[in-house]
Amino acid sequence: MINIKNLHKSFGDLEVLKGIDLEVEQGKVIVLIGPSGSGKTTFLRCLNLLEVPTDGTIEIDQKLMEFKKTVSKRSITSFRSLTGMVFQNYNLFPHKTAVENVMEGPIIVKNIPKQKAKETAKALLTKVGLGDKVDFYPFQLSGGQQQRVGIARALAMEPKVMLFDEPTSALDPELVGDVLQVMKDLAKEERMTMVVVTHEMRFARDVADEVIFMDEGKIMERGTPEQIFTNPKEERTRRFLNMIQ
Amino acid sequence: MVRTQKSPKNGLVKMFLLSNIFSDPERMNQLVSIAQTSLYPMVEGAIKYTIPLTLITFVLGLILAVLTALARLSSIKILQIIARVYVSIIRGTPLLVQLFIIFYGLPNLGITLNPFISAIIGFSLSVGAYASEIIRAAILSIPKGQWEAGYSIGMTYTQALKRIVLPQAARVSIPPLSNTFISLLKDTSLASLILVAEMFRKAQEIAAKNYEFLLLYIEAGAIYWIMCTVLSIIQGRIEDKLNRYVAK
Repeated sequence: MINIKNLHKSFGDLEVLKGIDLEVEQGKVIVLIGPSGSGKTTFLRCLNLLEVPTDGTIEIDQKLMEFKKTVSKRSITSFRSLTGMVFQNYNLFPHKTAVENVMEGPIIVKNIPKQKAKETAKALLTKVGLGDKVDFYPFQLSGGQQQRVGIARALAMEPKVMLFDEPTSALDPELVGDVLQVMKDLAKEERMTMVVVTHEMRFARDVADEVIFMDEGKIMERGTPEQIFTNPKEERTRRFLNMIQ
Repeated sequence: MVRTQKSPKNGLVKMFLLSNIFSDPERMNQLVSIAQTSLYPMVEGAIKYTIPLTLITFVLGLILAVLTALARLSSIKILQIIARVYVSIIRGTPLLVQLFIIFYGLPNLGITLNPFISAIIGFSLSVGAYASEIIRAAILSIPKGQWEAGYSIGMTYTQALKRIVLPQAARVSIPPLSNTFISLLKDTSLASLILVAEMFRKAQEIAAKNYEFLLLYIEAGAIYWIMCTVLSIIQGRIEDKLNRYVAK
């Protein structure tokens, strides 16, 4: 489903990603961990082309992007539609209700008739447990509810891959569970291919097929949650896990 | 002029005469009647020129302002420069001078415009420049995450701008844009100097005949004040409507 080769990203002189290679099979859940500044968020944003990589290739669902030469805006927009993004700060549209947030992409980007888009959006909101909150504005929702609207909004575009950028980091502890449950269902029931940047080790243990430890712009170690959490090979992985646990 | 400065007594005498107006019923009646008969042509001037001039100019100016703000924010250098130069020239020269250049100056180049068209061009350029800074600031005040959320669901720049950023920027810019609008309404009085028969010109014409300058100019001021008050009320309504999605 995803095939990344030699991915590089620099901001001016600062090289943030120093050659990432990664393959993800259909239906797998990958959890990215690593210290802050390790490049994991940049890597995730590169998959959605919110940051355009400086070198290397990304292939998603048999569509290939090469970054050696400059890429056109149009190809960025169409490649981006393969992935759905969930942000740390939700980034809901504050001037639209929950259902309008979810409908927006289908109506504007996919030209789906409003009535049909609304039905789909309501169904998605029901699925994330917000069937009774469709007409609420974001400011009327808790953080956990907002994030679930964010997930529904991304799903409405029917992406092949879902990307989660620390989806629970901004939440109060008691609200984390609902969001993780939605993500779990998405992985287990829908067999959605997911790449998740998170510090929720419980989630990683329960859901991830593979855990990837990144540091200094490179993948330092990868393996099953079992391997990484109980018997990491790299000293740096061990140190990081000790620090957060 | 020298005399009035020299003698404060003179001022006192005038004040006494003024206060005398109120104790002279005949003079009082005369003033009321002048105020009443002049009201009709002045309101007519407002309805025919002041209000249309304000509305048309504001709409054109806003369109110009959005385009200018986007040019300033674009990554294309030449657009940035054009926008900067435009704003700099308009903000750096008096509106009255701009109006004179358009109406009295351009005929030297063979371009003769009627007063109303000249006024529309002049005021639109002015509103466009001032409002562009307001709109630019409002667009910049919308968090980057809003653009990214738009992009992440497949929107293009234009779609994200139109659907996500501008509606939120509109809310932020209503109070300062209302200021611009109210200033514009009052500034249309300058159009009297390029022969537009708007309200204040009517007041000047009437006063030139009957010499009741004080009365007519106060009357004109009062009409402006009423119109501005109505605008303030409308502004409040719009703000309430746009604030519906903000936590109170």
